[in-house]
Amino acid sequence: MTPQSSYDVIIAGAGSIGTPTAFYLAQAGLRVLVLEALPSVGQASNKHAIGGVRATHSDASKIYLCAESIKILSTWQENFGDDIEWRAGGYCFVAYEQEVKNTLQDLLACQKSFGLNIGWLEAEEIRTIIPDIQAEGLLGGTFSPEDGSASPMKTNFAFYTQARAAGAEFHFNEPVIAVGTNRGRIQSVTTSLGRYTCKYFVNAAGSWASEISALVGVPLPVQPEAHEAGITEPVSPMFSPMIVDIRPREGSSNFYFYQHPTGKIIFCLTPSPQILGNRCLDTSDFLPLASQRLIDLMPKLRNLRVRRTWRDTYPITPDGLPFLGTSEAVEGYLLAAGVCGQGYMLGPGVGRLLTHLVTGQLNSSEQECLRALRLDRSFTSAEKLK
Amino acid sequence: MSDYRITTHPILPIKPEPDISFYWNNQKFFAKTDEMISSALFANGIHTFGHHPKDNSPQGIFCANGQCSQCMVIADGLPVKACMTPVKPGMRVYPAEGLPVLPDVPAGAVHYAPIPRKSVEVLIIGGGPAGLSAAQELGKAGVSVLLVDDKDKLGGKLVLQTHRFFGSSEAVYAGTRGIDIATKLEAQARAYPSVEIWENSNALAIFEDHSVGILRKGSQYVLVQPRVLLVAAGARERSLAFPGNTLPGVYGAGAFQTLVNRDLVRPCENLFIVGGGNVGLIAGYHAIQAGIHVAGLVEAAPACGGYRVHLDKLVRSGVPVFTSHTVLEAVGKERVEKIRIAQVDGNFKPILSTVREYACDTILIAVGLDPVNEFICKAEEVGLPVFSAGDAQEIAEASAAIFSGRIAGAQIAEKLGKSLAPVPDAWIQLEEILKSKPGALREEDLPAAHAGVFPVLHCNQEIPCDPCTTICPKNLIQINGQDIRKIPQFIRSEAEECIGCLRCVSICPGLAITLVDFRKRVGTALVSLPYEQEASGLKPGDLIMVTDTSGTALTSLPVHSIRKLPGFSGTQIVSVEAPADMASRIAGLRLISSSEALQSFDETGDFSPDMADDAYVCRCERVTAGEIRQLIHSGIRDINQIKAILRVSMGACGGKACLNMVKRMYLQEGIPLSEVSEPPLRPVFVEMPISLLAHASRNSNGGAP
Repeated sequence: MTPQSSYDVIIAGAGSIGTPTAFYLAQAGLRVLVLEALPSVGQASNKHAIGGVRATHSDASKIYLCAESIKILSTWQENFGDDIEWRAGGYCFVAYEQEVKNTLQDLLACQKSFGLNIGWLEAEEIRTIIPDIQAEGLLGGTFSPEDGSASPMKTNFAFYTQARAAGAEFHFNEPVIAVGTNRGRIQSVTTSLGRYTCKYFVNAAGSWASEISALVGVPLPVQPEAHEAGITEPVSPMFSPMIVDIRPREGSSNFYFYQHPTGKIIFCLTPSPQILGNRCLDTSDFLPLASQRLIDLMPKLRNLRVRRTWRDTYPITPDGLPFLGTSEAVEGYLLAAGVCGQGYMLGPGVGRLLTHLVTGQLNSSEQECLRALRLDRSFTSAEKLK
Repeated sequence: MSDYRITTHPILPIKPEPDISFYWNNQKFFAKTDEMISSALFANGIHTFGHHPKDNSPQGIFCANGQCSQCMVIADGLPVKACMTPVKPGMRVYPAEGLPVLPDVPAGAVHYAPIPRKSVEVLIIGGGPAGLSAAQELGKAGVSVLLVDDKDKLGGKLVLQTHRFFGSSEAVYAGTRGIDIATKLEAQARAYPSVEIWENSNALAIFEDHSVGILRKGSQYVLVQPRVLLVAAGARERSLAFPGNTLPGVYGAGAFQTLVNRDLVRPCENLFIVGGGNVGLIAGYHAIQAGIHVAGLVEAAPACGGYRVHLDKLVRSGVPVFTSHTVLEAVGKERVEKIRIAQVDGNFKPILSTVREYACDTILIAVGLDPVNEFICKAEEVGLPVFSAGDAQEIAEASAAIFSGRIAGAQIAEKLGKSLAPVPDAWIQLEEILKSKPGALREEDLPAAHAGVFPVLHCNQEIPCDPCTTICPKNLIQINGQDIRKIPQFIRSEAEECIGCLRCVSICPGLAITLVDFRKRVGTALVSLPYEQEASGLKPGDLIMVTDTSGTALTSLPVHSIRKLPGFSGTQIVSVEAPADMASRIAGLRLISSSEALQSFDETGDFSPDMADDAYVCRCERVTAGEIRQLIHSGIRDINQIKAILRVSMGACGGKACLNMVKRMYLQEGIPLSEVSEPPLRPVFVEMPISLLAHASRNSNGGAP
């Protein structure tokens, strides 16, 4: 066993949350170690994310964090040079049913009050943005032009490269097996290869966050829920926004898709009822369900060929909102967990907020987020746009 | 209109004339009903099918086997694989330039029907020698079998093989041509009522619920639920990274055989072959049979790895074979115009002073095969009981695949409790024998006799093969010790004499037996040689060049006679009267003038041929070896990360062509694969239209779209 090393912060997980957090912490001058069970960055859930980034949520804290992420991602290339494929294509939540229209319009007021650039478009207006959308029955929808998409893998690799340049260390193939505390304070982290001391321990372990939290002795209600996604062959540009259909259908609730800058269409479906657990084998239901919903929303896509599908998990929480910040029980234990499949869009914002928490530079909006997303909240306000 | 079709062939029956027309870039072309678009285009002289959206480089066929997606064209408005899509009358085909534009669809209600499900005891993926043989064994045991194959004709790669097969006459039809073995195996499998066969049907995915997604006959998505899966999906050709490797005209030997032997299209005039294994050697001979000039063959190893008799057939036909040589570069603008080759040193590094250029219009890649193993891996992942047979299990000859299929079929029957009898030990032993790599070479030992009549066996390498021993009516050709891998001998006997029946000459798969007849002659002998090239213009009295076993020209002699033995179609027996001293040495003949003069070429550049920096490793996403090597040097040991950064393996083929090359690059850098993480396997294994996956139809009765 190597002699123990000492860090300011140790992060469990080099994914959508852990990697940007490592970058901002290292940039702030802290000594950071990231421990990752898999062989390289972003290999658990990050690489399975389809790349949508929106501030269009129904919860103030998520709106704030994602708006921060959008600022970071949209200016990344200009600031750091890496092309992470950011494109502000917007998000379009479409309504084909009066009930959906009512839900979306009710939310609009709330979303606008947080300063989001979002508005209601009538069916005709939607068709000017998305000419091939199913026109029959379309009642209109919301459109938020500043939302967009980027490559989760490229973003994660860019954060990784920058984090290392800023001095963060990454250990791969090295899962955390124990966390030591002393008088209610984080003291050390043990892996199969060594023991490291630290002042802060960040749980950014995604779908494994609950297991990691158990090592600290803090029960964390995060569990994996399996989702599937797919990608088609590339075709000429047809539309820019992420199209989201929240109508429930037999076998699925939400369905959303967008066209990647390379021309491929990437789609994802929320199974209904939800499928809890870590099993990520491909289901025979997904392709027919997703294909039917694609044709319903954009009939022209019937002739497109599906190229590949994949399945992975969302780390879900009882109310659809993440756990962020300190835990009452153990000092120095920081949560950045339960991101409910939105780790990629939350990651940069979360990383910056946690850094401010450690360095004592939280602003009032960030303090507000931490209050809303604390572990001992009541889980009463369920997220409407999961 | 130019027509690049084969109109005479020594072995294959000529197909009927083109009977339909279609349009390429608005120009009217003719094609044959059910012909694949790629073959129809080649038959009309079109080799460039479009340009890659990333770098606008020209693209043509590569695998012609539905695997690589390089041959995409736009047919009636839709992007399709030209090699797997039959041309239809009046079809409008356009090159794939940039990204395709999806056609409009009529408005109206769409209905969805549930995806049909089908339960079966055994699903066999692949209807080649292994799959058909397994189906037969399972059929015998009354097991319900569904066999799916992605082609319209069963037999796998047997349907491309014009030569008589090696192996055991009793067990695996040695001495019969591959194309004819395919027909026999298919008939035997179909004879059992419990065996159902779907041609033109792709396996796309294996799911958590153990169902296998099948695109049935290209028009219906079906979920098949087997108790046991047998993967007999064969092999795919390895790729090679050298500059120019994506130019139209650089393609796999299998693609070439498909065009020439399956579709009777003459895809080129002047061929160069990379790789001296059996696939490369046989493809070279197929070219010659089709009247295509073979400019040369390079093999990086000091000796060709294929059967010696295949090599001998090529060199006797005048093909220059360069061992310890490699391809450096394919040169050309819109298609291949020439190849650069060089000798390699003991470490396979090219020696720059030896660089030479050859004019050629096509370069065949024949550098080995990899098992199609994605179905096996996926089945294991989901826990579906799975067996494998043939090349999908281990790369070997088709004869071995027949036996491995029979064994797998019998084992599955046993597993299902329907076994008729346990798998005989003899089968397993024979499979091992048939899988044997070619063995030791021996010095040629020619008979000195100048009297009587006798066969001369120019067969100098141990390979599993015995047709000459079973065909001799006098039992005078024998293999010592009954091991068919040993070299057969002609036994001179007091009791029985050779009667000069020519059966051994006609049946030898290696065309390695001649008959020397001193009877009726003084000072000369009549030498009879097997000949399987086009000889329709050849007549008695014409001068031909005779050669020894390894292709050295001996002298020119007039043809004495040309004939065929009844029951040995395709094999012509050409006889010449030769000087007595020379008679036993004569092993072959050629009509074609020998190799073109070599051009020397001044090259001062720095070559690193295999995985050269500017060579494409990932064809689909156009990623070069240099980009990948840089990441390997930076310390990346997870191929997933290379994938994330460079998009390697994220294209249409899903890594079928490139992932093994990336692994080879690690090995070249001295990094063991135990330190390298590999990406997961993801469905769908073949792209599939959304309308079929949705089971969507425009009418209310829910039929096929």
